[in-house]
This record gives sequence, C-alpha cells and structure tokens, in this order.
Amino acid sequence: MRDTLTSLRYRYWPDHLLGEILSKRWTETAIPVILLLIVGFALSRSIDHFLSPASLADTARQAGEIGFIGLGMALVVIVGGIDLSVGSIFALTDFCALYLLDVLNWPVPAVVVATLACGALLGAVNGVLIGYLRLRAFITTLITLIIYRSAFDLLIQRYSNSIAAAFPDIPSWNFIGGGDVFGIPSVALVYVAIAIFGHIFMTRLRPGWHITAIGGSRRSAYNSGIPVRRTIALCYVASGVLTSIAALFFAARLGTVGGDIGVGLEVIVLTATVLGGITLGGGKGSVAKSLVGVLIVLLITNGLTTLNARGGINRMALAGILLVAAMVDIRWQKNRTRIISKVYVAPTYHALPPPPATEIGQGGPFEQNDKLRDVELIGLGRIEAPEDVILDRNNNLYAGSRHGDIMRFFAPDYQRMEVFAHIGGQPLGMAFDRQDNLYVCIGGMGLYRITPDGTVEKATDETNRSMHSVNDDSRLRLADDLDITDDGLIFFSEATVRYEMDEWPIDGLEARGNGRIICYDTKTGATHTALRGLKFPNGICVASDGQSILFAETFGCSIKRLWFAGPKKGLVEVVMDNLPGYPDNINLASDGNYWLALVGMRSPSLDLAWKMPGFRRRMAKRVPVDEWLFPNINTGCVVKFNEQGKILESFWDLRGENHPMITSMREHRGYLYLGGIMNNRIGRYKLENADPNFVQYDKRWGKLS
Amino acid sequence: MKRLRFNQQEIVFAVFALLFLAFSIFLRGFLTPENMLTLLQNVAVLGILGLAMAIVVIGRGIDISLIAALAVPPGLVLQMVQNGHSLPASLLTAVLLTIAFGLVNGWLIAYAEVPSLFATLATGLLLAGLGQAALFQLDVVQWSDGMKGFERLGQGTILGIPTSIVMFAIACVVVAFLLRQTRWGAYIYAIGDNPYAARVTGIPSRPIIVLQYVVAALIGCFAGLVMAASVNSMPTRIFNSTLIYDVILVVVLGGIGLSGGRGGVLNVVIGTLLIGTMLNGMTIMDISYAGQNLVKGVVLLLAVITDSFLNPRNEETAQQGDI
Repeated sequence: MRDTLTSLRYRYWPDHLLGEILSKRWTETAIPVILLLIVGFALSRSIDHFLSPASLADTARQAGEIGFIGLGMALVVIVGGIDLSVGSIFALTDFCALYLLDVLNWPVPAVVVATLACGALLGAVNGVLIGYLRLRAFITTLITLIIYRSAFDLLIQRYSNSIAAAFPDIPSWNFIGGGDVFGIPSVALVYVAIAIFGHIFMTRLRPGWHITAIGGSRRSAYNSGIPVRRTIALCYVASGVLTSIAALFFAARLGTVGGDIGVGLEVIVLTATVLGGITLGGGKGSVAKSLVGVLIVLLITNGLTTLNARGGINRMALAGILLVAAMVDIRWQKNRTRIISKVYVAPTYHALPPPPATEIGQGGPFEQNDKLRDVELIGLGRIEAPEDVILDRNNNLYAGSRHGDIMRFFAPDYQRMEVFAHIGGQPLGMAFDRQDNLYVCIGGMGLYRITPDGTVEKATDETNRSMHSVNDDSRLRLADDLDITDDGLIFFSEATVRYEMDEWPIDGLEARGNGRIICYDTKTGATHTALRGLKFPNGICVASDGQSILFAETFGCSIKRLWFAGPKKGLVEVVMDNLPGYPDNINLASDGNYWLALVGMRSPSLDLAWKMPGFRRRMAKRVPVDEWLFPNINTGCVVKFNEQGKILESFWDLRGENHPMITSMREHRGYLYLGGIMNNRIGRYKLENADPNFVQYDKRWGKLS
Repeated sequence: MKRLRFNQQEIVFAVFALLFLAFSIFLRGFLTPENMLTLLQNVAVLGILGLAMAIVVIGRGIDISLIAALAVPPGLVLQMVQNGHSLPASLLTAVLLTIAFGLVNGWLIAYAEVPSLFATLATGLLLAGLGQAALFQLDVVQWSDGMKGFERLGQGTILGIPTSIVMFAIACVVVAFLLRQTRWGAYIYAIGDNPYAARVTGIPSRPIIVLQYVVAALIGCFAGLVMAASVNSMPTRIFNSTLIYDVILVVVLGGIGLSGGRGGVLNVVIGTLLIGTMLNGMTIMDISYAGQNLVKGVVLLLAVITDSFLNPRNEETAQQGDI
C-alpha cells in the first residue's frame, strides 16, 4: 500500500522540473521581473488610470530616455567599468542640441548628427582615459562628471537666455519630441529598435562576446588576444552616444536647459542597472535586465510622485526597494549553483523483484565461473576506455579511446595500432553500414560517420525538441549505442537527457526514464525520437527478423524489443526483465542468439534505495558526491540469450584482473572480443563450437565481392 | 642606477607645492597668515569627511552615504533643540541614530555582502529621505536659543587658531591613533589589502567592516556638527550637492588607492591641502564657481593621468571587479 502510494506520487509529481527550471539562464532575470510585476500591480491598484494609454505613453517616453542611458551604463558595467559622467554628458549634449538648433539655426538632421558626435566625443574622452591609459573607471568618470558639469554650467550662463527665447516649430523636431506611431511614442520605437539590436549584439555577435569576456576576466581576455583596450574604449564611446540619443529626445520634448538637468541622473541609472541584476564588476548583464531595471525605477518614482508623496518618502521607498532587491539578488547569485546542484537530482521510485542467483553452487545460467580468466590481451596499457569494439571485414579491430580517437589494431596479431580517426569526444557504440562506413555514437556530441579512408563526418547531433521538456532536449547529450537496419535506418540510444557524459552514474541514482531511442535515416538525413521515457537505454541490436530492435535498459535491468516494421510496428515488448546486473551492449552471435554484456551487478543496498526516493534525495542533498551510493560497475559478465529471452550461458572473470567490468563484446571468426569503459585492454576469448567464419556484417549484408 | 619613481602621494604633493609656490608668487594676498587660516577653515569640514572616507577606503570599501550622515543627525540635533528638547538629549539621540545608521551600512556590506558602493548609495538615500520626510520641517534647520554655546565648535579661535581647524586636527590625531596604534586599525589594513587572506588568518573581518562604517558615520556626524556650528544652521539639501565627489577626490588624490590597504591620515591632509589651495587661489582670482570646478577637475585629471604613466597598472595584477 505504502509502496503503491510512493510509486504514484513519484510517477505523477514532476520532481525533476524544479532543478531544470532553476538551471535555465533566464531565471537570473526572474527576480527583477517579479519585482517589476509587484511594483506595477501595487501602483495600478493605488493609482487611478495608472494603466491608461495616456499614462503608459507618458511612462514609455520617459522610460525610453532613461532607457538609452541605462543601455550605455549596462554596456560599461558589463565590460567591468562604471560611468558616473552620464548625467553631465546628458546635460552637455542636451545643451549642444538646443544651441545648434535655436542659436545657430542648424537643420534638424545636422543637429542630430552633431549631437551624437558630441556624445561620442565626450564618451571617447572617458574611453581613452580608461581604455588606453587604464585609469580607474570610477575615479576617472567622477572627474569627467565634474569637468563636464562645470563646462555645462559655464555654457548655460552665457546662452540660456537665447535658448529660452527661441521657439523652434519644426515638424521633424516636434516629431522627435512628442510624435508617435499608432500611439507608441517615437522614443519608445527607437529604443525598441536599439534594444533589439543590442540584444543581438551582446548575445550573437563577436564584439558582444568580447565585452562580456573582458568584464568576466580582463586578464584572461587580454591573454586570449581580445583587443581589451580598444573594446573598453569603444564601450565608453557607445555609452556617450546612447546618452546623447536620450538627450536629443529630451531636448526635443522639453526644449529647455535648466541648471539642474541631469544632476543625479547617474544615481538613478546606476540604481536601475543594479536593480535589473547587472552585476557591478562586470561580466554579467543583458539588455532585458537593463530595461527591467529602468522600468522599476521609473514606475516607483513616477508612482510616488503621482501619489503626492513627499520627496523624502519617495527616496526612502526607492532606497528600500533597492536594498531588498540587491540583497535578494546577491544571495541568489551567490548560492544559485549550490541550490541547483542540490535540487537538480530528483530520484524516483523504482522497484525490482529480488534478482536471480549468481553465486557458485546455486546453479542457474548466471552461476559464476572463471571462463574469462585466460583471455588474450590486446593493446594492454596502450588503449584507454574502449567502450565498444568492432571488427571490419578485413579482421581489423576498432575501439574507441577516452582521448577522443578511434584506434585501429591490425590483423592478424593485433599488435600494430594506429589512430584511425580523431573525433574529439569519447566514442561509445559503433556499427558498420553496408558501404563499410563506421557509424559511431560520441558521448556529448552525437552520431558521427567515419568513411573507410578515415574522414570524420557528422551524421546528426540533434533531434526534434519535445513539447513538455524544460531542458532543451533537441541536442544529444549522451548518444550511447546504435545499430543499422537493412533499410538504412540507424536506431541509436541516448542514455539520458538530464546529465552530461561525465555524470552518467547520477542518472542511475535517479532511476527515472530519462533516456530515449532516436532514429536517424541515412537516406534522408532526418532524425526523430522513436521512443522516450527509458531508464538509461544502452545497447541496441537489430533482431534476426529484421523488423525489430532489441535494446537494453541499463537501470531498468531489462531487455526490450521495439518493432519498427511489420504488423507490430511501434509496439514495445519485454524480452527479459529482472536481470541480476545492468545490461549494456547487445550483439549478434554466430548461432543466431545474442550476446549481452552486464556492465555491473545489482546490489541489495541499491535495490532497496531505489524503492526509497526520499532517502536518495536526502543523500544527494546532504552528502558529498563521492560518498553517494552508486550502481556497482566493478564486476560484470557476458551472457548469451536467445530470441525468447532465455539465458543460455554466462562468462565471468572471477579474478577481476582482466575484465572486471565489460561494456561490450563482439563475436568474430570464432573469437569473442571484449571491451570495457573503465579498462585499459581489449580481451580476445576463444569460443568453442562457434562458426570460425562468422563475420557479423558479412552475415547481415552479404560478402563484399 | 635606481630608477626615479614617484607614487601618487608624492605627485600630488609636488602639484600642491608648485601651486602653492605659484600662488604665493603671483597672487597678491595669498601668502598671508589670515589667508592661510581662511584656506584651512574652508576645507576643514571636507578634511574631516575625508578622514571618515579614508577609514572605509583603506578597508576596501567606499561610503557614499557620508553626506547623509553629515546632514541628517546634526540636523536632528538642531531640530530637536528647536522643538524644546535639551541639547544633551538631542546629541545623544543623534549619536544613537548615527551608530544605528553605521550598523545598517556595515551589516549590509559585511553580512549581506552588498557591494559597498551600492549599499551606501541606497542607505544614504534612505537616511536623507527619512530626514526629509519625518525629521525636518524645513530644508534648512535653523539655529535656536537652546544651542547657545555650541557654535563654538565651529566658530571662534583656540590659541589664535580657528576652531574648525583645531577640530580637523583633533580628528586627524584620533583617526591616526585608531589606524596606526590599535589592533583594529591593523585589521582594517589587513582586510583592505586582502580580505580573503585576512579572513583566513582569523581576523574577525565582518565585525571590523561593520566597525569601519560605524566609525565613518560618527566622524561624518562630527563633521556635520562642526559645519552646522560654523554657519549657525544645517542646510540639509547639501545631500543633493556633489560634496561626496569632493570627498572621494580628497582621499584618492591624497594617495589612498580605492583598492584598499594603502595610505593613512597624512594622505588625507595632503589631498585636503591641494583642494584647499586650489579653491582658495581661484577664489582670490575671482573665478566663478563653475570655472573653479572646471579647473579643479582638469588638474585632478592631470594628476591621475600622470600617476598612470608613472605607476602603470598591469593587466596581470589588476584586481578583478576593481572599478
């Protein structure tokens, strides 16, 4: 009863989603956005017409102006600096625009260009000082703040009257200041355009990546050849230009030059920047964060002004929200990875009946023996981690290595070894097609094809993204083993969509059906997911009937059959379940039966733990990883089973010296070749009563003439 | 031969000496005892604030909220006395408010790990807003009869030296003692030099950081009292001015690096003298306030640029996140 409840609870409650959602990058922006929603909701309840079109348009106009400066500040903060002079640049460029328009009567386009140039120039001063002369950003922009401000003060003393006296009535100028398109203010439109460009620039273009890299680690960026000084200088220029855009709109909207224009603006913008979640010190930030920060600050200040709050209360509210948001943000940034690593592992209920006996004297097909004691060794100490082994028609032996190579051992004595192909990821399952191309599953990379002359080609590394998955499961994380049907369909297993290659044992701890079988069509090049929700699908072998594949579910301890053709197409049948170990690769035997490697044997402790998801979750949260209870992969064996799922015989290495764990085996001309992912050798075992001329692919596809 | 190298402190001192020399020669009425005293008197408050900032900056922080500490608690004293409370009670309230404020600052920075620039920016706004919203009736809090005698903190002379200068000197001695003679002072340097190493060594770095901000706020409050006494009122709108930037300039120009662990009281004195000399000289030359600021800024910029040429920063040793 209790087990049933546990099993139902873990079947239907999606524990794994929390960790997956938290590990999404966009959750970093979630806190500012939630704050924005709270502020917006609170204000819309307390102020009438807060969300009316007129009010929104007004907010958008101001948000656009401050938003431009916010973008500039964001850029500068991301590159690892700070720009305190934006308020003064804003004032100076505002003056510049009005002076050119009102006093010198320049045409509007020229005014726009000149104002932008003015902003670029003022920003360039900062940029040269900070980027090239490597002054400290804080102190330098502090000084330029004072210089620009006093220059502005001197200028308006002289010209404020003549500017105030002029009333330019130029349609294009008025459009900049107060125009709209379908009710959307001009400034907001320009802001949206620049923001979209900024987003693409920061996330998709090389200079944007350089900026983030410099902010993340200036030293590493410098050492890797990024033009650090120029990039930093240009960021300040961009900040100046963006500020001057804001000033242009402001000038067109109000047309005045008061003495206190832009005073304290740097504080507002800095507040918005940090509130949006752009970390001071650099390396982190986005356009969306900048916009959210600006909106929060603007909503609060505008809302409180509308509520007729005294200036002091306005300030206190802003400061209070600022502090709370900063604290939450900093705590979150600091503990995010730790929290994710704690909640990401989401074990589920997995019950298995007691396993069949394997002890000596108990009888049965699994009874331990010492048949693999005296195997011949190939490549001892020269090869690392041969997960799968395969032989071609010319009797040469191929095996993957941990270093991302496919090694080839030459017949007949397998002493000479060469790198057949370099791929870069760890090769797992392998299979030859009709044209002697070698298809290989590469952990972390996908399915690759190696032509007989050693050229590496990518077959596929993505499949269709499923609708209900939070993790992006369109990429292949852990392609494991494959086989090729007579029609040229390649079925390959992906062991898990939740963990990377190096974390695969954790998937066994979860015991959830995280894996899937994917089908790649060599004729069309299309990939689709054939079956999902499997418990670490591993070995795959096309059955003798040519209409179904046999696949092993490692942590399901079972072998199943998937019909891909014929009357039962699409059905899945259990061939064997409750195996005493964790099944790995499956391959054809010369007598029409199948070979199966058991990579490790089940243990009572893990079997028990699999029925106790809460226990495993607590373990994952409280105990360091190297102390976790993991599936045993230290002893294993090879078994032979028939089409009906009956075990015929088993092969063990009791001494555990040569083949304590076996992940694959391949029969070839009377010998069985053994590989293991934790091993440094390939074993060659002489089979009795086996067909001495058996070559797997000759049998499948006929001899090549 | 040993290569000639100057540090920023020496450069600023040289600039100060040159300026002083030039003004003495070319400006009539500069090098007179009266003018010297005026010069010092004008920068005394700035100097005291510089000391407060120095303590925080040496511990690798920055305190933007100093102006709020300067304006609000002394303003509260004036307001409370105006409202009929006794002077000691008002002073005590103000000191408690200041300590509480310093504790909040310190807690945010040391325990909540909010960057100091940001934390003090916000708390400064908070305190100023509190003053504006709840404590003061007018922006300028006026002197009242109950304050009689207290104005001697900022006016008059002691042994012929204006009181505000004496106060600056006293503050210098106290801070110098705190930094150089006490264990806490040594801890502040250690934390500023390398916070992680200091923590590993067993220095109670978080309480020490809190202490820094409490002491800084108290000194800021003291500066405010001196200022209020010297002008017989407390213009609380001073929070909106750019005074805090002048304070930072005093500290940084004096040679206390923003990366912490370097410098001392002498640096603050030198920085203050440079700013004071410049302002005084330009006032005698009758340059407008904006013009003075412009000249000040340019001179400061030149000093910082010179420093960057003589002591270039190295990409390899620059600290990450050191803005």
